[in-house]
Amino acid sequence: MEFLTPPPVRRLTGEESVTEPLGPTRGLPAPPGNGNGNGNGNGSAPASPLVGGRRRIASTPLAIDRMQAEALSVAYGRKPAVDSVSLPIRQGEVLALIGPSGCGKTTLLRSLNRLTELNKDVSQSGRITLDEVDIATLDPTALRRRVTMVFQQPNPFPMSVFDNVAYVLREQAARRPKRAALRGAVRDALARAGLLDELGDDLDHPALRLSGGQQQRLCIARALAADPEVLLLDEPCSALDPQSTQVIEDLIVRLREDVAVVIVTHNLQQAYRVADYVAFMYLGRLVEYGTARQLFRTPREQRTREYVRGEFG
Amino acid sequence: MSLLELPVSQPGPRAPRAAQSPPWRLIDRIGLAVAWLLGLLFCALAGALVLYFLVQGIKYVRPSLFLTNPSPGFTATATGGFLDPMLGTMLVSAIAMAIALPIGIGVAVWLSEYGRPAALARVAESTIEMIAGTPSIVLALFGILLFESPALGFLSRSSEGVVFGRSFFAAGAMLSLVALPLVVSNVREGLEAIPDHVREASYALGKTKFATTRRVLLPAARPSVLTGAMLGAGRVIGDTAIIVVLLGATLTFDRSGSVPLLSTLRGTGSTLTYYVFYNAPTGEGNQPTKAYAAAFVLLMIVLALNVGVDIATRRSRRLRWSS
Amino acid sequence: MVEEFRLDTEPTRDSDRRAELMLGALVCLVVVLLLGMFAFVLYQAWPSFSHNGLSWFGSRGNVDSQIQAIFNSGTSLGHEVYAFHGWPLIWGTALVVGGAVTIAFVCSLFVAVFIVEFAPDALCRVLEPVVRLLASVPSVIYGLVGVFVLVPLIGNHLITQGSKASVQGIITLNGYSLLAGVAILTVMVAPVMVAIFSDGLRAVPRGWIEASLGLGINKWRTVWKIGVRTARPAIVAGTVLATARALGEAVMLSMVCGVVSFAPNPADGWIFFVEPTRPLASTIIAFIDDLSTPPMRHTLYAIAAVLLLSAALLSFGGWAAKQPMKRYGART
Repeated sequence: MEFLTPPPVRRLTGEESVTEPLGPTRGLPAPPGNGNGNGNGNGSAPASPLVGGRRRIASTPLAIDRMQAEALSVAYGRKPAVDSVSLPIRQGEVLALIGPSGCGKTTLLRSLNRLTELNKDVSQSGRITLDEVDIATLDPTALRRRVTMVFQQPNPFPMSVFDNVAYVLREQAARRPKRAALRGAVRDALARAGLLDELGDDLDHPALRLSGGQQQRLCIARALAADPEVLLLDEPCSALDPQSTQVIEDLIVRLREDVAVVIVTHNLQQAYRVADYVAFMYLGRLVEYGTARQLFRTPREQRTREYVRGEFG
Repeated sequence: MSLLELPVSQPGPRAPRAAQSPPWRLIDRIGLAVAWLLGLLFCALAGALVLYFLVQGIKYVRPSLFLTNPSPGFTATATGGFLDPMLGTMLVSAIAMAIALPIGIGVAVWLSEYGRPAALARVAESTIEMIAGTPSIVLALFGILLFESPALGFLSRSSEGVVFGRSFFAAGAMLSLVALPLVVSNVREGLEAIPDHVREASYALGKTKFATTRRVLLPAARPSVLTGAMLGAGRVIGDTAIIVVLLGATLTFDRSGSVPLLSTLRGTGSTLTYYVFYNAPTGEGNQPTKAYAAAFVLLMIVLALNVGVDIATRRSRRLRWSS
Repeated sequence: MVEEFRLDTEPTRDSDRRAELMLGALVCLVVVLLLGMFAFVLYQAWPSFSHNGLSWFGSRGNVDSQIQAIFNSGTSLGHEVYAFHGWPLIWGTALVVGGAVTIAFVCSLFVAVFIVEFAPDALCRVLEPVVRLLASVPSVIYGLVGVFVLVPLIGNHLITQGSKASVQGIITLNGYSLLAGVAILTVMVAPVMVAIFSDGLRAVPRGWIEASLGLGINKWRTVWKIGVRTARPAIVAGTVLATARALGEAVMLSMVCGVVSFAPNPADGWIFFVEPTRPLASTIIAFIDDLSTPPMRHTLYAIAAVLLLSAALLSFGGWAAKQPMKRYGART
């Protein structure tokens, strides 16, 4: 297994890919006009960015190193879940972790903000650094303020929408801020998550009465309110309908300038749509790591080729 | 706004964070410390209580106590043991559960399977809840009203036309009211946990609702029935107020009449709880050693019931309904 | 010919309807009996209330002597006396029950949080069955602990000769006191609350706790702001249940609180805590043997009616407290 890292400074070339068809990757919609709810009004483009092509169009010249996993191994009891994985995580790019069920991608994600420690019989070796500091030396709570997570099942708190987002702001502030002071920040977080338009002024709506997609976006807004440096997303769209999925994918792409995004996904098309870099894992090992374009079109490893072609999964 | 038109920006250094509180504020630490302190204190208290009764009980429990009856006297040896009170406890709980179980199961079945008209169901639920919250002394007073009336005079002793009103029947009947809410709520919970497809399967085979309930649902809810019965029995065994008022406060069985079992039920007697109350320093007997011994036996009975409830709930958890 | 193949469904429907009617009748009977019981208690209590009016709840003179007068008037053939001013009893009940439930509430909340979230596993496994056992121990046993341990402790160590002398003639301070009652009632009620609170905390969806932790909130705050907040209905239910049991506690409190229907006076300073008292339920037990005379009976039933109404008010209060929680919650 080769250790694959790109050089620290590199350029993501701009978009070849708006109109490029996707190729032999499985299950992709081939004919144009198939995009469901192509809601972003890009009629001016020569071809819909959704069809067969990657969404992102802007080039991000530089990505800043944020976190680094170095020879990380995690085991639950005697079963190894992650085996000697090394990966960089950078602000300015979206990293997708793909692989079949049980390959360790969720465990890897959870170890990035030390949520694996909630499990009693977990053991870990290797190290993870955040801005060159070993996260094992940081206070877990302080770490999780900088590296926040959105889970697979939307889990908004049983409060109003406003209180859900304000929860983080209230608990992290030095002095309990007044509601008026929080209003701006809450609206900002909701706007970034794409939820403000739908809710308008009804911020006291009970969060549990929102639809699934809205709840997940609320969870993302909540995570953004914490002003994190790294955002971890654990299959955020797996429980959602395609319309909500599209909105969230747009959101993820827009976030990457401010926040390093790591997304675990089962959905290869989604990985292709949103990710800059993709890491393919199998049975706890990092099989291949590269740009999305390279990994999906010209995978180096046999396993990767098989997975991407849909021969197993 | 089209994605094509998004401005390209370079990821730059982040803005410094607004003033933030430390992850663990002082008040959080204090709270955690208080939780640990109170938690450990609670453990210590619980341990002390258990140990206290264990030690005192072992010191004073003798086999002879189980075999002799209480008798009037002033010394420990003269006052005898607690055979009759122990039998009284079992008798009174048997009566109470014999009344509470069938009625409780019936009410629970009706509430869970039928439940029409809805107004009656709501009233029934509220009434059962009211009984659950009623102090047992009030139930005892009502028992006096009920059993001192001439209509129910056959259930207890009467002399010169005045119905005494205090007997095992009376105490057992009122104690059944104490156990009833527990039986109803547990059985109902057990029945409602059974998913609908089980009932539908039974109806599809042509069985009536009643047969379904009797042959399919109640056996499946058996752990809940057992739990309810044991919790109810636990409360019945532990109740003193109703016993003091309605059992006539004679330490031994005082039979009334000559029919073998019926005379005992119509007569008066006592239970272990009354025996403890009687022998406490505030009671008339004032024999601390006997009180400790009887309290120990009571604790053992309650412990056995709790273990039974644990086993029953564990068995019910194993019966996981896949939906 | 079709008739030969018609399935005979009539008996089936009939037997079901019969079963439903029978069960419904049973439920009706139970409801009518129980409601009749409540009505009857109130009916028997009415004479005492009607003779005294609102001064039944007032305070005028010694309750014990009033009860004695009521009893005497019943046995003799003269005019029946109903004069009764039960404020000392009500005050005693409020102090004992209020004090015990307040202390137990605060302690039980912290203990429940400790058990569910912070205690080491081995301790948890031992503690859970112990809590359930303690919650089901008969109250006489707690009374025994009170009489053998608490009362001598208070009598010998907390009461000085000076304080005894200061109230001589009115009451005797010998350890049977308000403090003993509150302490032992707290010990009795706390396991019940701990058991129900910890059940409520355990029912909080794990996802919410993880979400809060994943946002960088420390565990204590998470458990408090999310866990306890979500478990509020269980907390209300546990408190209501515990208060109901405390209200109805007759025998145990009669063992430790003393034999005088005295209203502890806060103006007495520290002595306030060691003054004897007699809550409502214990008063009924104390005079139960004198039930035969009509005025006594009406008075005792009146006390029972007050207890009954307090229990009903408590239930209603619990229901009302849960209503606002329904708005944002997933379930109650």
